[in-house]
Amino acid sequence: MNDMKTYDVEKIRRDFPIFSREVHGRPLAFMDSGASAQKPTVVLDAVQRAYAETYANVHRGVHYLSQVSTELYEGAREIVRAHMNAASVEEIIFTKNATESINLVAQSYGGANLKPGDEILLSTLEHHSNIVPWQLIAERTGAVVKAVPIDEHGEFMLDTYLEMLGPKTKIVAVTHISNAIGTITPVKEIIKAAHDAGAVVLIDGSQAAPHMKIDMQDLDVDFYVFTGHKVFGPTGIGVLYGKADLLDAMPPFLGGGDMIERVTFAKTTYAKGHSKFEAGTPPIVQAIGLGAAINYVNEIGFDKIGAHEQMLLAYATEQLSQINSLRIIGQAKHKAAIISFTLDGIHPHDIGTIVDRGGVAIRVGHHCAQPLMDHFDVAATARASFALYNNRADVDALVSAVKSVQEIFG
Amino acid sequence: MLDDLRELYQEVILDHSKNPRNFRHPEDANHEAHGYNPLCGDTVNVYLKLGHNGLIEDAAFEGKGCAISLASASMMTDIIKGKTESEARQIFDGFQKLVKGEENDFDAGEDTERLMMLAGVKEFPMRVKCATLAWHAMTSAMDDKNEVSTE
Repeated sequence: MNDMKTYDVEKIRRDFPIFSREVHGRPLAFMDSGASAQKPTVVLDAVQRAYAETYANVHRGVHYLSQVSTELYEGAREIVRAHMNAASVEEIIFTKNATESINLVAQSYGGANLKPGDEILLSTLEHHSNIVPWQLIAERTGAVVKAVPIDEHGEFMLDTYLEMLGPKTKIVAVTHISNAIGTITPVKEIIKAAHDAGAVVLIDGSQAAPHMKIDMQDLDVDFYVFTGHKVFGPTGIGVLYGKADLLDAMPPFLGGGDMIERVTFAKTTYAKGHSKFEAGTPPIVQAIGLGAAINYVNEIGFDKIGAHEQMLLAYATEQLSQINSLRIIGQAKHKAAIISFTLDGIHPHDIGTIVDRGGVAIRVGHHCAQPLMDHFDVAATARASFALYNNRADVDALVSAVKSVQEIFG
Repeated sequence: MLDDLRELYQEVILDHSKNPRNFRHPEDANHEAHGYNPLCGDTVNVYLKLGHNGLIEDAAFEGKGCAISLASASMMTDIIKGKTESEARQIFDGFQKLVKGEENDFDAGEDTERLMMLAGVKEFPMRVKCATLAWHAMTSAMDDKNEVSTE
C-alpha cells in the first residue's frame, strides 16, 4: 500500500490513548472528528504538566510561577501565530471556541459598523454558529442577512455571490469547509471579491484547521476563526485572528480585568492589541494544550495528513457508493474528508444507534446546519468525518455496520 | 451486538414505523399540538377529537421521524382512541417510566403487551426522547398548548 510508506497511520494511532479502548466490545472506529477530535498524549501531557508543574495565573504576579505560566500562555499564542502565518501576535485572540470568536466579531465589529439596510452575506453551507450571531446583530442594527446559494452538488455558487455583492454589502462570513458535507469553498476568490466591493470577510475555519495549512497573509482575510478541540487540542479554547488595524478600531466585546489600561469610575481606557479582547482570566492551560496540538500536527505535516485523508475519502466514497439505496449528500469537486449520507427509508438516528453497537462512532442529525439540510430536502443525515488517525479498517467497519442497519430493517 | 438492537427494532416496531397507523389529519379534530425535537429536527403533529366527558373519539398524527418515534406515535394513537383523557395521561405516565428504565412492573391493562414492545428503548438513553415525543404532544394538545419541545 503506497500511503503506508510515507504515512504510518498505525504509529499515529498509538499517539492517541483512546484507541486502546473498545466500545460495546468492538474496537473503536471513531469517525466523528468533525464534531470533536481525539487528543494525542503530547496534548494530555502538556495539560497535565501545566497544572502540575507550572500553574499560576498569567499577566499578574511578579512571582516565578506566574512568569513561567505567562511565558507558556504567550508561547502558545506565538505557536498559533506562526501556524496561521499572521503578521503579529497582537492579531491572535484566544476565546472560548469558534462560536465565541464569531460572536465577538459580530457584536464588536458589526455593532460599530452596521447600519440599517446594510447587508451581511453568508452561505447556505453555514453552521448555525455562523448564522445566529449575524442574525442577532442584524436585529440590533437593522442590517439584513442574506445567504449565497449552493448548487445540487453542494458547491458554493461563486457567480451568484459576485452578483449579490454590492455597495450595501458590509460583511461576508463564509465557512472554509462545510461541517456537514465537506465542501471546500473558494475562499481566496470570495475574499478578493468582497474586498473589491468594500466589505470585510470572516472565514469560519473550524473544519479547515484540522485538515489543511491556513495562511492569513496569503488569504488576505480580515477575520478567521477556529476552535481548539477540533484540532486535537482541549475544549474551552478558540482562536480569532483579526487584522491589526480592524481590531484596533473595534470596541471591546467583554469587559473586565486584563483588558484595561486604566480604570476609574469616571472613565476606563482599554488595553491595546489582543489584550483588549481577553477579559478576565483566560483559558491558560487550554491555550498551552492547543499549542502542543498544533506542534503535533505540524510535526506530521499537513501535506501528508491531507494526502492520507483524501485517500480515505476516496476509499470511503467508493465503498459506500456500492451500498444499495445509500445516497451521498454533497458531491463537491473539492471536498474535505467528510461524507454525509442517507439510506432510503431509514432515519439517520436509527442508523446512528445501530452502527454504534458495532463500535462505529458517527454523527447523525442536522449537524447544526438546518438551512443546508433544507436545501437537500432532508431532515438529517449520517456523517462520517475523518481525521489524521483514521485508517481503512475504520472505513471497512463503517461499511459493514451500515450493511447491518439494512439487515435489521429488512 | 445484535441482541439489544433486535430487542429495540422488533418486527412490530418496524412494521409500525413503515406503515404507521392513524397517519392523517382528521378534519374534525378539535385539539392539536406540534411536537419538536431540536436535537434531531424530528417533528410530529398530534390531532385529537375530544368528546364529552373527556372521551378521545379520534387520535391521529403526521410527522417525520425515526423508526422509534414513528412507531411510538402510531401505537399511541391506536391505544388512546376510545379512552378518556385521564386514562391516556395515566398510560403515558407509566410508559415514560418504562422507557426510562424506572418501572419494573409496568401495567397498562390490555395495552401492556403492546407498549412493552418499546421497552427496549431503556437500553438506549439517547433515544428516550424519540419514544416520548408524540406522547408529550398528546398531553399538550389536551392542555391546549400548541407547541411542545423535548428540550
